Amino acid sequence: MSSINLDMSAPDGIIALLKYLLSSGKVSAVLVPRRNPDTGAYDIGLIADEAGLDSAAPVDPVMLANTGQILSSLTPAKRSLAVVLKPCELRAFVERVKREQGSLENVLTISYTCGGVFPLEKVIEESFADVIPNYLKRVASGEIVDGTRDTCRACEHFVPMNADVTISIAADAGSIAGCRIYLNTDRARELVGGLEGKQSDDEIDPAVTLKLAAKRKVEKEKLFNSLAPTGDGLDGVIEVFGKCVGCHGCGRVCPICYCLLCDFESRSFDYDLPYFEKELSGKGALRLPPDTIFFHLGRMTHMSFSCVGCGLCSDVCPVGIPVASMFKKVGEHTAALFDYVAGRDVEEKLPVMVYKEEEFSELG
Amino acid sequence: MDKGFTPRITALLCQWCSYTGADLAGTSRLQYPTSIIAMKVMCSSRVDPVLLLKAYLSGSGGVLLAGCHPGDCHYEVGNYHTRRRFAILKAIFDTLGLESARLKLSWISASEGPKFAQVANEYTDEIKKMGENPSKKKMFL
Repeated sequence: MSSINLDMSAPDGIIALLKYLLSSGKVSAVLVPRRNPDTGAYDIGLIADEAGLDSAAPVDPVMLANTGQILSSLTPAKRSLAVVLKPCELRAFVERVKREQGSLENVLTISYTCGGVFPLEKVIEESFADVIPNYLKRVASGEIVDGTRDTCRACEHFVPMNADVTISIAADAGSIAGCRIYLNTDRARELVGGLEGKQSDDEIDPAVTLKLAAKRKVEKEKLFNSLAPTGDGLDGVIEVFGKCVGCHGCGRVCPICYCLLCDFESRSFDYDLPYFEKELSGKGALRLPPDTIFFHLGRMTHMSFSCVGCGLCSDVCPVGIPVASMFKKVGEHTAALFDYVAGRDVEEKLPVMVYKEEEFSELG
Repeated sequence: MDKGFTPRITALLCQWCSYTGADLAGTSRLQYPTSIIAMKVMCSSRVDPVLLLKAYLSGSGGVLLAGCHPGDCHYEVGNYHTRRRFAILKAIFDTLGLESARLKLSWISASEGPKFAQVANEYTDEIKKMGENPSKKKMFL
């Protein structure tokens, strides 16, 4: 048995699954996105009581914070914890585990084939709840939904990698009226196996997901080509990142940037008067705050190969820099150097932690 | 004497091999250009790529990072890590259309004084051909 089918919509099915896990005592708590029915505000709820699940909104197209980042403070879990997270959040968490910022021990990861999320500016609109039914329909029919985050529309990794449990949503027309729960690991079969439903040996049909992946790939090429700089050098970089106000918000929300003492916020780059005088003598005028472009390019050297393209950085940018798209584009190139895919395998070492004796002989 | 443009090249040299190599070039009275501003570091892997980036964005005509030959690192594997980090930085430059030729990685052992002089000369010529680093004059950088 590798899947369980429930006669209810995919979101309801996930809630039923979580209720089962809590009521049967298989897990002590669940971590799941919620929507406050009174205010419409979203959050990520850590819930130990079944009643708390009534406000759960497991697959609403919203990402307030990367759950992968939040999981770090909840793990290593002493008692088992079930977590509902998007494929990119799971990949981000795996990247954090590799950096010893969390543990998969005692965590049941529940993810789903993802249709993407809307930017936060859309999520806070009063009418946002009305968008969701239509969104789910379009996602189920395998469409790329307009208005979702740039990096979501361009995301090819919408099938979760290494989730214990996968729920089929994207490109699955059956997900409106039925919920297919795939149990991928022994842990999933042990904890979820007792859930009542129609059991079968189904697997997610790769032909269907590959079709959507191909569409997303086209969208990705479009996105990457639309981004300056495309070979315009320093001027192009200034065009994209020159608006930066130096708030470092993109780094704070980034699930990969975990350093508590970020190099760019340390005293290393606190300058004094002589520095500014020296800089001024060469250029005649300086942009302040300093080091904004340096910050973005520097962050790319530190973490771009682990970028999962979740898109939070673009969302929080107060001046509209397409940070996520740029990092995703650059990240694909830096990861490709090492045939690395962020979050693919928790056993796969970070490319900067290992080396091969024979490689890059053209460099030096 | 050539009065034309003389670039400033930031050179970060590992103290066990490349800096000693530079020293040997000096004591052997080999000529190399004054464009090289040498800095000694304990190991090439001590250099975070952001330091190379800083030099580039501060207007260095070229940024040279040199260490022991792969396999000969004083700390055994430091330069293997250097090489990966440098590859990442270079890929970022190439993706963004920045001049990655302004970044150079070189392996120069303590006995390779002539090689140091040769790298210094050739790299200076290359940077001269490229002209001044555009970041030097950018007011909005």
